[in-house]
Amino acid sequence: MPHKTFMAFIWPSLLAMILFIALPILSVGYQSLFIEHEQILIETETCGPFGCTAEVSVDSAAMADLRAEKPAGRYNGLGTYTNASHLAFDEITEIFATSDNFTEIRTRIMNLPFYKALIFTLAYTFIVTPLVIILGFIIALVVNSIPRFLKGPVIFFSLLPMIVTPLVGSLVLFWMIDSRGIIGAALQALFSDPSLSLKASPALTWVTLFVYGVWHSAPFAFVVFYAGLQTVPQDTLESAMVDGASRWERVRFVTIPYLMPLATFIALMQLMDNFRVFEPIIGFSAAASATSLSYLIYNDLRAAESPLFGSAAATSMLTIIGVIILLLPVLRRNWREFNRKT
Amino acid sequence: MNFKLKSTVAAGVLLATAGGAWADCGIESGSVRILSNDFAALHAVAEWAEKCASATVEVTKNQTEEHKNVQVPALTTNPASYTVAVVATNSIVPLLNDDLIRPLDEYVAKWGDQLLDSQKIVVDGKIMAIAFMANAQHLQYREDILSANGIAVPTSYEDMFAAAEMLREAGVMETPISSNFMPGWNLAAEFVNMYLGTGNDFFEPGSAKLAIDNADGLLVLENMKRMVDYMSADWVTYDSNSTKPVWEAGEVALTIAWGSRAGAMIDESGPAPDIAKATSFAAAPTIGDNTIPSAALWWDGFTIAKNISDEDAEASFRAMMNGLSPEMMAENLDAAVWLIDGYEPTKAASGVIADLQAGARPYPMLPYMGLLHTALGDNLAEFLQGKESAEQALADVTAAYTTAATEAGFLN
Repeated sequence: MPHKTFMAFIWPSLLAMILFIALPILSVGYQSLFIEHEQILIETETCGPFGCTAEVSVDSAAMADLRAEKPAGRYNGLGTYTNASHLAFDEITEIFATSDNFTEIRTRIMNLPFYKALIFTLAYTFIVTPLVIILGFIIALVVNSIPRFLKGPVIFFSLLPMIVTPLVGSLVLFWMIDSRGIIGAALQALFSDPSLSLKASPALTWVTLFVYGVWHSAPFAFVVFYAGLQTVPQDTLESAMVDGASRWERVRFVTIPYLMPLATFIALMQLMDNFRVFEPIIGFSAAASATSLSYLIYNDLRAAESPLFGSAAATSMLTIIGVIILLLPVLRRNWREFNRKT
Repeated sequence: MNFKLKSTVAAGVLLATAGGAWADCGIESGSVRILSNDFAALHAVAEWAEKCASATVEVTKNQTEEHKNVQVPALTTNPASYTVAVVATNSIVPLLNDDLIRPLDEYVAKWGDQLLDSQKIVVDGKIMAIAFMANAQHLQYREDILSANGIAVPTSYEDMFAAAEMLREAGVMETPISSNFMPGWNLAAEFVNMYLGTGNDFFEPGSAKLAIDNADGLLVLENMKRMVDYMSADWVTYDSNSTKPVWEAGEVALTIAWGSRAGAMIDESGPAPDIAKATSFAAAPTIGDNTIPSAALWWDGFTIAKNISDEDAEASFRAMMNGLSPEMMAENLDAAVWLIDGYEPTKAASGVIADLQAGARPYPMLPYMGLLHTALGDNLAEFLQGKESAEQALADVTAAYTTAATEAGFLN
């Protein structure tokens, strides 16, 4: 395709990408370098139904002048990135200087909010992604081999977890694992331990979130693999049968190599999606035991009366950097294959 | 035929009187746009404000739990999207900080005869909001279970733990206590309640420097830990909505709950009439050797936006005066602890009134309190789960608060 034709086709989506993806990211990056102006406080008397008190309040007129002068706030450079709520350089240096052994270093770093969230996010990404690919592949194989008249309904039901809104899906499961819910009560009966609670123990909460993640995303992998299975060359499969290959050997040596590019694609999508895990943490009220980077952003923007934009922006940028690092190996492989072909 | 005629006439008279009642607002023209939280008492107030609507007066409302996130952007535009923002002790702060609401003195002088002085929220000599209801957490208990086991109504946390221990040993209940301990806003509110109960202050006087890293802070945390010992393992997910069915299932005998929820708890047409009948309220327990209830007092009130025309502002104030009328209160006695003149407390209000009378302290209306609330909500769960020490939890809170307050410009 000549470059000119290519440009003619691509420019609308390029424009949309610049407007709706590149510019917002730049603006978030810019915001992450700033913090709020120093607040001008005045002591005032505040009276209400419960009496009068001398309290501090913000001098809003003076603040308005400051903001009109410099709307972005105070320049803070990378200060927000390195503070205790993010990369916590000072805290980590201190931890290394004052800890006795590796376990103590680990526990103390795990106690820093950013690293706590990062560990869960990474664990979620690297446990859920492969399980989704494996489970999706198995479902696709099974569906592909069932009688034709059953396929329609089975495909529909397999897709349901993906159709359900993530937040609703997690709420449904959340009520099921309640100690009065069907799964929670069944587990208590099974292990005859009335104090067993999937919601209370941090480890079980993690497991619950992983299970939910696999449940929610497996249909995506299934659909992609199922479509791929329809294109596996039948002659190769037949010749493998003639050579005496068992069912497993046909899957292992014909189907899997053939579907490998699809697995890469799913891995890419899932790595990106899972790294941004958020809804289940809200749905399962799991913030006590598990927080993710996206949850930190949400918390900065929503928890307090006044949002912390700089802090949220810094976490957003760090998330983007995380996604890029995660995808780098996969992208590099694709790039090499592309170069080989041309 | 005759009967039909009579009823038509009667209906006509009814309509005429109703029309007369509307005209009572007496507003010539203007637009009233109300933004508020979403619960029964506020529904009643907005509904009565809406009665002022006429051909020339427009009254609309948006009642949503998202109001806190909507209000600042909505009132920043000129003209503001809403003329009335219904706020509470904490949510008025961002409006004051950004100078988005107007002083009400002029309107109070002209149209506010019905208001008590205690309803006026005065900041720096100017009336910035009109409070109409109070809220606080109180002790909610099962009268039947306590008396059957010979337990007096607890007034201190020590009494409460003793009562819980007795119930556990008698085999009545394994986990007799509940409270809104879900990490985040709820858990922080419980810390704030108890810390206020110690009589100590959160910050060094006149500054945003945190001062909870002390013996009282540790006392509160130890107290919270002891509560968790008597609560179901699911406490990490407990908020007002999830503790209600647990109460109605009869699995709990003592709970620290919100006063605004009390009406629903004793509603005998609810799902558990027997338990509703046996539910009573008392002041929140005291902590340690202190004598004031461990409960923060909150008020709910309304403010008028700055960026609107004076005509709309006056119309809004007058419509809200109708919303706070004694007639509205008479119809909704059980919906709240009203601060309106002539209010007679009902059973649902008894806990909050007891808090008030015993000298409970108000939730601090400080510009940086919200940041501390968030820091508390995020950093206490691990201590309560037994994963870290109380000292570490307080250190984490201090670190999180200091970082946030520095970014927000309150600390250097």
